[in-house]
Amino acid sequence: MSLLQYKSQAVAKPYFIAAIGLFVGQILFGLIMGLQYVIGDFMFPAIPFNIARMVHTNLLIVWLLFGFMGAAYYLVPEESETELHSPLLAHVLFWIFLIAGALTVVGYLSVSYERLTEIGGNNLLATMGREFLEQPTYTKIGLVIVVLGFIYNIGLTVLKGRKTAITIILLTGLVGLAVFFLFAFYNPSNLVKDKYFWWWVVHLWVEGVWELIMGAILGFVLIKITGVDREVIEKWLYVIITLALVTGLVGTGHHYYWIGAPGYWQWWGGFFSALEPLPFFAMVVFCFNMVNRRRRDHPNKAATLWALGTAVMAFLGAGVWGFLHTLAPVNYYTHGTQITAAHGHMAFYGAYVMVVLTIISYAMPLLRGREVNPERAQVLEMWSFWLMTVSMVFITLFLTAAGILQSWLQRIIPTPQSFMAVQDQLHIFYWLRELAGLVFLIGLGVYLYSFFAKDKPRTVEVGETVETVKTVETQPATF
Amino acid sequence: MSQFFTKSMARNIFYGGTLFSVLLFLALTFHTTWTLPKRDHRENLTEQVARGKHLWETRNCIGCHTLLGEGAYFAPELGNVYTRRGGDFIKVWIKAQPTKVPGRRQMPQFNFTDAQLDDLVAFLKWTSEINTENWPPNIEG
Repeated sequence: MSLLQYKSQAVAKPYFIAAIGLFVGQILFGLIMGLQYVIGDFMFPAIPFNIARMVHTNLLIVWLLFGFMGAAYYLVPEESETELHSPLLAHVLFWIFLIAGALTVVGYLSVSYERLTEIGGNNLLATMGREFLEQPTYTKIGLVIVVLGFIYNIGLTVLKGRKTAITIILLTGLVGLAVFFLFAFYNPSNLVKDKYFWWWVVHLWVEGVWELIMGAILGFVLIKITGVDREVIEKWLYVIITLALVTGLVGTGHHYYWIGAPGYWQWWGGFFSALEPLPFFAMVVFCFNMVNRRRRDHPNKAATLWALGTAVMAFLGAGVWGFLHTLAPVNYYTHGTQITAAHGHMAFYGAYVMVVLTIISYAMPLLRGREVNPERAQVLEMWSFWLMTVSMVFITLFLTAAGILQSWLQRIIPTPQSFMAVQDQLHIFYWLRELAGLVFLIGLGVYLYSFFAKDKPRTVEVGETVETVKTVETQPATF
Repeated sequence: MSQFFTKSMARNIFYGGTLFSVLLFLALTFHTTWTLPKRDHRENLTEQVARGKHLWETRNCIGCHTLLGEGAYFAPELGNVYTRRGGDFIKVWIKAQPTKVPGRRQMPQFNFTDAQLDDLVAFLKWTSEINTENWPPNIEG
């Protein structure tokens, strides 16, 4: 017997599986790069650093998109109280996306990048060779087709069914994602204009519309696991996404300090981006509030942990670590150092990796036909949560230490040293980062294993623990 | 939050706040676009510079280097490399890669022609002349 309220929700499952698979690939290439930081010629020339980095970052983007799509396919039918417009289209787009993604990675690894630009359509329209937008032009066009088909499918489902704040916010975020990606096709030979609008893809995705998608997914999961009134959760969501866009849109200016744009961006960008921690702080307050006010003890403890962890880590990574170097007088010295890398790692993990793992944690048991995962599987999943999260905290701390020292030696002291002379003095931090990365890999292994952990066949029934309304006083949070 | 603050109020604030922010951001963008020619010296942006940027992209230089602080943090900043090293050094350096020194970070050999090397240097020279508000703090990048 299926536990899904709408059987078309099942299309989410392959999306989640693909997301996890690509996640593993991302981490393996991250470890290769981490080693190249200390053993410079490791795997050279088979896999030069730039190739490993493309695979690492592009796999991240693609698996997060798989996760967002799976999340949308799962939650939209349930929210809209209707079947998905076309499960067939969702399946077809899945395979197109997976094959296009796989071919792109094979391309990165098997031919030189120069050759890839020739066969990838770059002579038709030069879009390649820019950070995070290294994909062949053909892949970019394919991505547009997949995303448009996906939005069409989700959009029609939302339109024909019940409209909730969650689906409206999700759809707004997805349309924004598609619109801003179009700037990936704009590549003028003027580097300043190129950089200015490149950020309309990169910043307006991760510090703009993706936050809407993240908020919608978190809101949905919280309604399900806490049973708190939808009105309350949706009101919070609007406050959070207002803060996200009001601070994040003009906050783009913190990328315009030193790339040739006018100096006033140091004030506009500094002021608005200094407020960017607010939406993330609101998310922390929101998540803990909802869990404390919960009307039921949902037996999926792991999903609750992921949801709370997402809010906290997103606040730390995107909020606090972003604020650390967002003001122009600080950024003048830290711009493009390991500080940026530290922030990037914890922000992406805390906000987007963890929100996708949250929805997977909530939805995957139901997609696999069980009320909830067995106790042992949940315990293992929570172990993986702590292993991955704590090691990511350490990766961030080590990179931050490296970044501070780098800024100091290369940019602040009266006798500044050259880039490579400074790098040689940072080895200890890079080694420690690699070690933390290995612990992350172990955590990921435990995570994968948790899907297959069975032992005791006992499962917890949802009905067992549903009781009357509990207040914070009588029922403190247990997670 | 209290009952005085309803969901529809929150929604209206979202629409209003977002509209305001979009308009403010677009206004600043229009003004920036208006003032850019004075800052990027596009009168010097020749065909050769454009070809150089194309080479920069098709060899994925950004995968290891930063350019005006953006890119990967594995290899030196190149936004001011023309000022730091000069055009001749850049060409000799690129031709000498990889150094094959054991354990050192390696840069691939791209087999550029002399004309291509000139294009690349022209691009790096043009880039070094952008008004970047005095960034980087010193010549080391």
